[in-house]
Amino acid sequence: MREDSLFFRLLGHGSRQAFFVILALMSLPLFNLAFPEGHALHLPVYWVSLTGKIMCYAIMALAMDLVWGYAGILSLGHGFFFALGGYAMGMYLMRAVDPAGLPPFMVFLDWKELPWFWHGTEYFLHALLLVVLVPGLLAFVFGFFAFRSRIKGVYFSIITQAMTFAAMLLFFRNETGFGGNNGFTGFQSVLEFSITAPGTRAALFESTALCLAGALLLGRYIVTSRLGRILMAIRDSESRVMFSGYHPLPYKLFIWTLSAVLCAIAGALFVPQAGIINPGEMSPANSIEIAIWVAVGGRGTLVGPLLGAGVVNGIKSWFTVSFPEYWLYALGLLFVLATLYLPKGIVGLVARFENAKDDTA
Amino acid sequence: MLLAAGIARAAPDAAQLAALANGSNDEKIAALRDLGAQADAASLPVLAALSEGSLYAFKTDSGWRVLLLKASGEAVDAASGERLLSLPEGADSVMINNRVRGALAAALAAIRLASADVEMRLEAIATLGNAPDVKFLPLLDAALRRESNENVKTRIETVRAVILLQNGQREDRLMAIRILGETSDPAHLRLLRPFLTKDGQGRFVETDTRIRAAARQAAREIESRVQTGEMLKRVFEGISLGSILLLAALGLAIAYGLMGVINMAHGELVMIGAYAAYVTQTLVQQHAPAFFDVWLLAAIPVSFFAAAFAGFLMERLVIRHLYGRPLETLLATWGISLMLIQGVRAFFGAQNVTVENPSWLSGGVEIIGKQILTYNRIALIVFAALVLAGVVVLLAGTRMGLFVRAVTQNRAIARCMGVSTGYVDSMTFGFGAGLAGLAGCALSQIGNVGPELGQGYIVDSFMVVVLGGVGQIAGTVYAALGLGILNKFIEAFAGAVLAKIAILLMIVIFIQKRPQGIFALKGRYADI
Repeated sequence: MREDSLFFRLLGHGSRQAFFVILALMSLPLFNLAFPEGHALHLPVYWVSLTGKIMCYAIMALAMDLVWGYAGILSLGHGFFFALGGYAMGMYLMRAVDPAGLPPFMVFLDWKELPWFWHGTEYFLHALLLVVLVPGLLAFVFGFFAFRSRIKGVYFSIITQAMTFAAMLLFFRNETGFGGNNGFTGFQSVLEFSITAPGTRAALFESTALCLAGALLLGRYIVTSRLGRILMAIRDSESRVMFSGYHPLPYKLFIWTLSAVLCAIAGALFVPQAGIINPGEMSPANSIEIAIWVAVGGRGTLVGPLLGAGVVNGIKSWFTVSFPEYWLYALGLLFVLATLYLPKGIVGLVARFENAKDDTA
Repeated sequence: MLLAAGIARAAPDAAQLAALANGSNDEKIAALRDLGAQADAASLPVLAALSEGSLYAFKTDSGWRVLLLKASGEAVDAASGERLLSLPEGADSVMINNRVRGALAAALAAIRLASADVEMRLEAIATLGNAPDVKFLPLLDAALRRESNENVKTRIETVRAVILLQNGQREDRLMAIRILGETSDPAHLRLLRPFLTKDGQGRFVETDTRIRAAARQAAREIESRVQTGEMLKRVFEGISLGSILLLAALGLAIAYGLMGVINMAHGELVMIGAYAAYVTQTLVQQHAPAFFDVWLLAAIPVSFFAAAFAGFLMERLVIRHLYGRPLETLLATWGISLMLIQGVRAFFGAQNVTVENPSWLSGGVEIIGKQILTYNRIALIVFAALVLAGVVVLLAGTRMGLFVRAVTQNRAIARCMGVSTGYVDSMTFGFGAGLAGLAGCALSQIGNVGPELGQGYIVDSFMVVVLGGVGQIAGTVYAALGLGILNKFIEAFAGAVLAKIAILLMIVIFIQKRPQGIFALKGRYADI
């Protein structure tokens, strides 16, 4: 097979295996639906919903990897875009409770009419448009000003952190119009289907899996294209790229905006499955956690972040259920150990073992 | 106690006590008026007890016995000074109605105003000022005639003016308005406003044009003073916030300038400093209560070294091994911060701990417009200035400081010249951490100390580093003070949250013009 064939580009380097895993995951809801409760093969709703949420995280990790692993831009504010997408979807879900009236929290605050930015949110398509456009536009403007003045490295990181921190404070205010610190919850239906019905859950799960597969394909396509090569060159030495006659701004801006939009889509898929969105999602800690998924899985590979998101969140679910007081120690230790001893993540570790096997063979 | 008892026998006399205990309201008022006229400090305990509801009376064969109930549960006989272990059976609290209460307030004020103690007189005037009433006027006139202290005199005049404003003749009111115009109390503005308002038909409520003109003039003068006071207070708060930011960001900026590393656990080093202060306080309280007032001085070095040691360990164990990978360092230090937060939570509990102000740091000084600058914030500003001076001396005047500056400017060349960069790194990082500890010690005096203390300041201190640029302390100082003052001024009209957002936007716009911060190191530099 030729190295530059589209087939290899999209399915090479372990992404074929990743697709098999996603395909296998897609069958999970069947085990929940097809087998009655108590049957040996029955899968509890908890596991379906957990897997669905982790797949949303995987999309986010993939988005983070595209900017960090491939373009060298460490964002500590990706949770902001995730939450924006979630809020846009949440607006639709809140309106779906009572399309003619006001969302309950506005009634509680004694508001008489919808704020202007809520207009049209009763339509699903409008909400989808918001999911993509609002975070995309914000990321574009923010990225344009930041990259234009050549802010990079840790400077860029801490400014993105300040961005999500400021946004969190803004969303905590009741006057902002997004439900204050309670956020949105109490969703009932999506597209007229009850949101707790097993069928709806399964459909949300499958959409998430499809989006994840789509994001992976898109990622493969980008990193194997000429654009991808320039991004990696920018990551390795931005000055040299400039000296070679390229202007890094449009490349960085493109991947940054795309990454933000992917995050927003993940957020939009997350909210109906989690049943809640609040400003806590924008806290700096949440955004940094995305980076550790990517670091654990392996930066600069597309399979790595998916693996990392799965592994770290799997451990997290286990810890927070079994011994919650130790989770922060474990997470902190993970940060330290992954950066000290796993510079290329799990994927790098596996590759090293395989190389060692090849050498001895 | 005997002495007090002796005095207690002189006033009030038996007849007055009986009237207070069992007299009709009119009799009570008459007795109170007598006591006020006598102005004998000896009757203060009885009157104070009456006002607090801790005066008890019960009937004996020989008449009414009046007792003062103390907080300890003991009772003291008002007439004889005899002490009883508890209230006898059948003793009832002496009840008073509002009319008697008014007479009581007047009597208390009269006695206090006649006191030889300046503090007591000031207190009495403050009480009168809170509820000015025309019946106090003769009292104030008398007090004014014998008063010699200028401060007390002005205050009596002010309270007198407030009373006259509402109740006096035309000339009295004009004079009252003039006197009030010389004060800077916002409350007086509210008193003057009615003279300048119009009724439903658009006519002035006050018909006298001279009074209106005088009131307008006086209101304008007070307003300008109140505004000056608010302005000064805001600048003061801004400088105080700037000092906090400076203390928190100084160590961060030095380490970033030297090693290109942003320490995400810097806020937790601040927290360690604050908890070190808490531990010092507790230890001093337990083992050397005599020195409790100066525990804070002992806490300063403890905080410094506790945080410096933690920073030194961090550098040796983690940061050193991530050299040249600033983004990974950022993540690793974040991991450390998570563990530190959880560790403190496990050791000290998730709740805030109480760190007290030493007595010499409580209170404040009043400036124009009734604004109060608290001593703890003044001390904070002085402390930040001292720390800054210390850092400048160390960096500019010592051999180690020279090495630090050399490595900051050009690591490779400094190394070629024989500077042990590794040693400089860990010492400087430890020192920067120690500065964070000092910030924590200072913060323990003005806010809550809890596991999340550091998180609250970390984003702001990062912004100081971004704005100030690296390599020069001056940039950090300007950025910290500038952000502090700007923050307080925007906060005044837009609220704290919008102020934070506005400042972030301003920083992003500012670094469009100067991506390296206010003061950038000049030199040939490129990341090859």
